[in-house]
Amino acid sequence: MTVVAGCDVGSLTSKTVIMRSGRILGNAIIKSKPNPVESAQTVMQAALAACGINMADILCCIGTGYGRNNIPFVSDVKSEISCHGKGAQWLLPSARTVIDIGGQDCKTIRIDNAGQVVRFAANDKCASGTGRFLEVMSGVLDISVDELGNLSARATAPVTLASNCTVWAQADVIKFVNSGCPLADIGAGINTAMAKRVAILANSVKPESDIIMTGGVAKNKGVVSTLEKLLGHQIKKSRKADPQIAGAIGAALFALETINSR
Amino acid sequence: MIVAGCDIGSLTAKAILLENDEIISSAVIRTKSRPAASAREVIQTALMRAGSKLEDIACLVGTGYGRNQIPAVDRVESEISCHAKGAHHLMPTVRMVIDIGGQDAKAMRIEEGGAVAQYRYNDKCASGTGRFLEIMAEALEIPLAEMGAIADQATEKLVITSQCVIFAETEVISLVNAGKQTADILNALHRAMAKRVAALARSIGVAQDVVMTGGVAKNKGIYTALGKALNLKIKSLNGNDPQLIGALGAALCAREHADNG
Repeated sequence: MTVVAGCDVGSLTSKTVIMRSGRILGNAIIKSKPNPVESAQTVMQAALAACGINMADILCCIGTGYGRNNIPFVSDVKSEISCHGKGAQWLLPSARTVIDIGGQDCKTIRIDNAGQVVRFAANDKCASGTGRFLEVMSGVLDISVDELGNLSARATAPVTLASNCTVWAQADVIKFVNSGCPLADIGAGINTAMAKRVAILANSVKPESDIIMTGGVAKNKGVVSTLEKLLGHQIKKSRKADPQIAGAIGAALFALETINSR
Repeated sequence: MIVAGCDIGSLTAKAILLENDEIISSAVIRTKSRPAASAREVIQTALMRAGSKLEDIACLVGTGYGRNQIPAVDRVESEISCHAKGAHHLMPTVRMVIDIGGQDAKAMRIEEGGAVAQYRYNDKCASGTGRFLEIMAEALEIPLAEMGAIADQATEKLVITSQCVIFAETEVISLVNAGKQTADILNALHRAMAKRVAALARSIGVAQDVVMTGGVAKNKGIYTALGKALNLKIKSLNGNDPQLIGALGAALCAREHADNG
């Protein structure tokens, strides 16, 4: 049986997915280490352990992500854009637009029905609209990034942040905290500022339904629901797997293509 | 006849008193929470230094972020026109003014007579503003005022690839953890910031002579790095405090207005 793997070494988290016959056998997500080689080895070991497979069983492994050129056990590397496109299409066959928000970047990708990239826009220069923005703000509020996502639903009078820039927004949030503003209202304001920035990028590729989000921030309900309002489109979810591993899924699917074409 | 110019910025407030074309006093203070209070204090300080009273001021022109809150102001003018006017008055050959303030950055191209031909500013992104340096000074635990001097002692050419303050800060932490020298890191930071500002300047077309205004111009490291990034020598304002140029321009507007009755 053809066992393949995809390894996505990101700036904040690293992911590995092991697939067989188009199904996920096992996967792992870890916090990236300063050394990408270590990240790759650790997350691969974790994924192998999760499904009781040995490294030798994997016929082909493709790498992607920021640290892709440092993965010792891959036969080839593919761009994050193509891997997220392919992975998203596997997660949701009707997906035609992918919004991927990672730890330090944001990408929006239009794909065709085969998961091939039609056009894309990316931001990896500005912290605003990336996972980093939420990390900084949740730090000010002294809550986890996961808790931040739940605040929008509980807000009664959401604040408006004066700026999308992480630096200015952080100063704004501090002011709101010091003035005794309810946590939920501030949290809603943060999620909205985040969604606004992402929407600008997303609209630049003229999003089409179905829209799916990948990357860790896809799990933030506040950002997702605000983004839906701003884009005027529903954002679909997939029950097949965690959206954070979409890139690794795409890489594994590329590995399968490589095997099949040999 | 005494006239006054008052520049209420986001971080500092500045005032200049002019009497018959001479600067008789000036003041710079950190802003208070209310622009009106900042204006009152900085004007009072300048008056005290000149030995004058508020009633002696024939005309007061305000500029800057808080200009509309200056008590008893006679007129307000944009920061762009005031910085251009102030710089051109001190150096008639100036054709480009780059003003880096606490929370914004502006580039202006000036015509021969001193009128503003074109300008562009950034007040949306902290990169390329004084805030970048403030945050890095905190991260490296060194006084802001010493950054330029320390950066000058660099020996190893490091590269900081990010211009975004947040991402650059992460790079700084990695460099510190890798045991790199503070002077080298600072030098790299100055170059990263200069790149951002140079891009702003280039977007409207650079023309010499170029001068810098605003508080950040006092940082020799940025001064040098920006000159290198633009591939030219940035002219100095002959000992005049670059932070006061906006207030100077406002005072010159006040003089024109008072002259015209």
